[in-house]
Amino acid sequence: MRSSVKLYAAVGYVGITLSGLAYACAPSVKTNASSGLLAGDAATRTYVPPGSYDEYYAFLSGGFSGQVTVYGLPSGRLFKQIPVFSQFPQTGYGYNEDTKAMLTTTFGQVPWDDSHHTEMSLTDGVPDGRWLFINGNNTPRIARIDLKKFETEEILQIPNAAGGHASPFATPDTKYVVSATRFSVPIPQTDVPIESYKKNFKGTITFVRADQPGKMDVAFQIMMPGYDYDLGHAGKGPSDGWFFFTTYNSEEANTKLEVNASQADKDYIAAINYKQAEKCIADGKGKKFGGSYVHNYMNPATGIATSETKTGVTMLYPADCDGLVYYLPTPKSPHGVDIDPSGEYIVAGGKLATVIPVHSYTKMIKAIADKQFEKTIDGIPVLRYQAVVAGEVQKPGLGPLHTEFDGKGNAYTSMFISSEVVKWKLGTWQVLDRIPVYYSVGHLMIPGGDSKKPWGTYLLALDKITKDRYLPTGPEGSRSAQLIDISGDKMKMLLDFPTMGEPHYAQAVPASLLQPGSLKFQKLTDNHNPDVTTAEAAGGITRKGKRVDVKMIAIRSHFAPDNLEGIELGDTVYFHVTNIEQDWNIAHGFAVFGANTSGVTLPPGETRTVRWVPQATGIYPFYCTDFCSALHQEMQGYVRVSAPAMHVPLTANISKVAQTQNGRMPAEQGEHGEHGKRADGERR
Amino acid sequence: MASMASALMASAGRMMSRFTRMLTAIASLALAGLFVLPLWRVQLVAPQYPEGLGMRIGISDVRGTMPTDLDNINGLNHYIGMKHITPSAIPELRYMPWIVGALILLGLIAASVGSRKLLLTWVGGFAVLAVAGLIDFWRWEYDYGHNIDFDHAIIKIPGMTYQPPLIGVKQLLNFTAISWPDTGAWLALAAFGLGVLAVIITFRQPAPAAQEHAHS
Repeated sequence: MRSSVKLYAAVGYVGITLSGLAYACAPSVKTNASSGLLAGDAATRTYVPPGSYDEYYAFLSGGFSGQVTVYGLPSGRLFKQIPVFSQFPQTGYGYNEDTKAMLTTTFGQVPWDDSHHTEMSLTDGVPDGRWLFINGNNTPRIARIDLKKFETEEILQIPNAAGGHASPFATPDTKYVVSATRFSVPIPQTDVPIESYKKNFKGTITFVRADQPGKMDVAFQIMMPGYDYDLGHAGKGPSDGWFFFTTYNSEEANTKLEVNASQADKDYIAAINYKQAEKCIADGKGKKFGGSYVHNYMNPATGIATSETKTGVTMLYPADCDGLVYYLPTPKSPHGVDIDPSGEYIVAGGKLATVIPVHSYTKMIKAIADKQFEKTIDGIPVLRYQAVVAGEVQKPGLGPLHTEFDGKGNAYTSMFISSEVVKWKLGTWQVLDRIPVYYSVGHLMIPGGDSKKPWGTYLLALDKITKDRYLPTGPEGSRSAQLIDISGDKMKMLLDFPTMGEPHYAQAVPASLLQPGSLKFQKLTDNHNPDVTTAEAAGGITRKGKRVDVKMIAIRSHFAPDNLEGIELGDTVYFHVTNIEQDWNIAHGFAVFGANTSGVTLPPGETRTVRWVPQATGIYPFYCTDFCSALHQEMQGYVRVSAPAMHVPLTANISKVAQTQNGRMPAEQGEHGEHGKRADGERR
Repeated sequence: MASMASALMASAGRMMSRFTRMLTAIASLALAGLFVLPLWRVQLVAPQYPEGLGMRIGISDVRGTMPTDLDNINGLNHYIGMKHITPSAIPELRYMPWIVGALILLGLIAASVGSRKLLLTWVGGFAVLAVAGLIDFWRWEYDYGHNIDFDHAIIKIPGMTYQPPLIGVKQLLNFTAISWPDTGAWLALAAFGLGVLAVIITFRQPAPAAQEHAHS
């Protein structure tokens, strides 16, 4: 390797002092900065006038917030925070009875995760706007977000894994999304000395079947040597059928990894032929393996999430399946692995390397055919570096992490340590341009820039720290995203805006792909929640032992029923509230005094269930928490909680006015008339 | 004037030309479009309803421009104490299809028989029905707009009524109500125009006996 010892020393120092000093230590490089661009130009490029729409939807990972945020580009306006792996008191996600099962794992309810990579579903290698996937790294999970409702619909836990980092990257047809262990552990889990790492620790790579909504499941797992598996991307075009994962810690260190896992000149990219995996499984070469995991599904018809625990997976061992895995030596502790739109080039971000190595798919296939093997590890042939490398980008900067493509033959690589984005040419490996970013960029994202068809106008740099970029807010500052114009020869900085949590990765697609299909409201006739109330007069109150169920509607500007009596201390009350509005964006909310959960938002046409255990006798107000109408402040009601000895009859009022004036889908018209009768009959 | 009318009646006994019979038949058949096309549209636009709420009024139904619009209009109307707009409570929607059907039938009979008298009756009847229909529509609008349940109305503004215009634009609190003929009305107007044209052509034609014989 033509590395400089001096530089490595500097990098080591940077590593120890974290990124704070990184940009101070960076070698001085010529940049075009943003001085070439008049501020006014940038303003007109990013200004989206009031009432006008952005060109792109961007989905940013929320990092340690466990969520996804939806922004518009080029304006950088925040549209929505989608709760995924974390409880979200703003909507009640993870708190209310309908959604709390979404956070179930084999460890019980895990109400938080560290979400990392957003990945849009693909058709023929191009983002198609159906779903967005995101991984939870800490307790490995993959979630699927439906992009008609912009809501999390499905979460699958990954068994036999620890740290789901190389996830949830998709195959070009979205048949699979993947997850690989960032932290190798004993698999199956066992109590062993940590020092026995080399003997006992393993990694797994999981392929999850992802193209059948409601049925996400582990298709198979591959047992891998105990390295850290970092990132992955599927092949496309000629390399369709292959998946590439970076590894680091091929030293198999179990302590002080920052030093001990940075010794080898090269780690590996694991090239996995998943078509071969399918073939080996069909030939009966997969082994039955244990491991339990939970699948959570929010049924869109009922709006209720349920959990199912599953046991056992099909495990493939590379030694049992010839041609399944090859290792491509890659300098040095590589992080990102990105496949260019043609599917030929495999670009590695060797975060401690002084070059950006690019492998050739064609050369890899030839090297395999010619058996250009250096050695074999656990049945995995290691190909010779010179036999697979297509070229190296020289002096790109420091700390290359991730690369995206503009579809015009250019690649853009984020440089964490020298805090810049570097543009270079595929094939000639020549650096064309560089632009500083503020500060310490991790991922970068070009809309469709990891797909077969990039929309190569903008690039978003996702920065880990902001330091002096914004007005200070105490020791904890925000992270940020910076929008860069890549339509010309020179990159131009257009905008920077703060982000929620840490924006690890992002995906963006033209607005036209999602805007027409965005759901305006749930039709009441499509609401199959068993506790739905579709008409004013159909609500009511029922008791079964110590459980009291209240069925209630919300419509501007009242709840019906709104006076509830006969609830006794010691009861558990379930409020099933249906917003019977059938109009876009007309939301209500529901909260009851003293409840130990969050309130809920009630989107039009949907039902939410809130559990409440009253702690003392008395009168408890409930009210609408979302300013819904001119008489929102009047939208309230009361619950009376009595001592059991009082024998207060169970009643729920529905005013005559409410019945006659505001009846929507009156019982005689609606197909849900039976609900009305049942509730009437049960009311005492 | 009187002499014109008597001249008209005098010539009414004669027969229509092939062309005017065709016109009358087309005009009558065009009215069949009223069974599917709405006659009138009432659009309600407010700051919070930039896309508007709308009603389409046809000969047999009143429905929302979007499927849920009528419910949403009724929902909003409860604030001012207006009655629910319930299509099943409007008897005209039950017999209007029969009236239009009869009009079509009469026009076709006039065209096939070729009687000028029948043609005149048809066009006259059409005009009377159209005017009566508009008056009836206005009366319903008046009823909904004035017959307010002030005992239960949430918003009470002394002297305020909520009658939408028959044609045109009117501000009703935060809503701008826009009332305008819809495709069905334009079709009916075109049919009426054809009928009038048939009358004009028929009655401007000199009636030489030879021509009459040729047609009969």
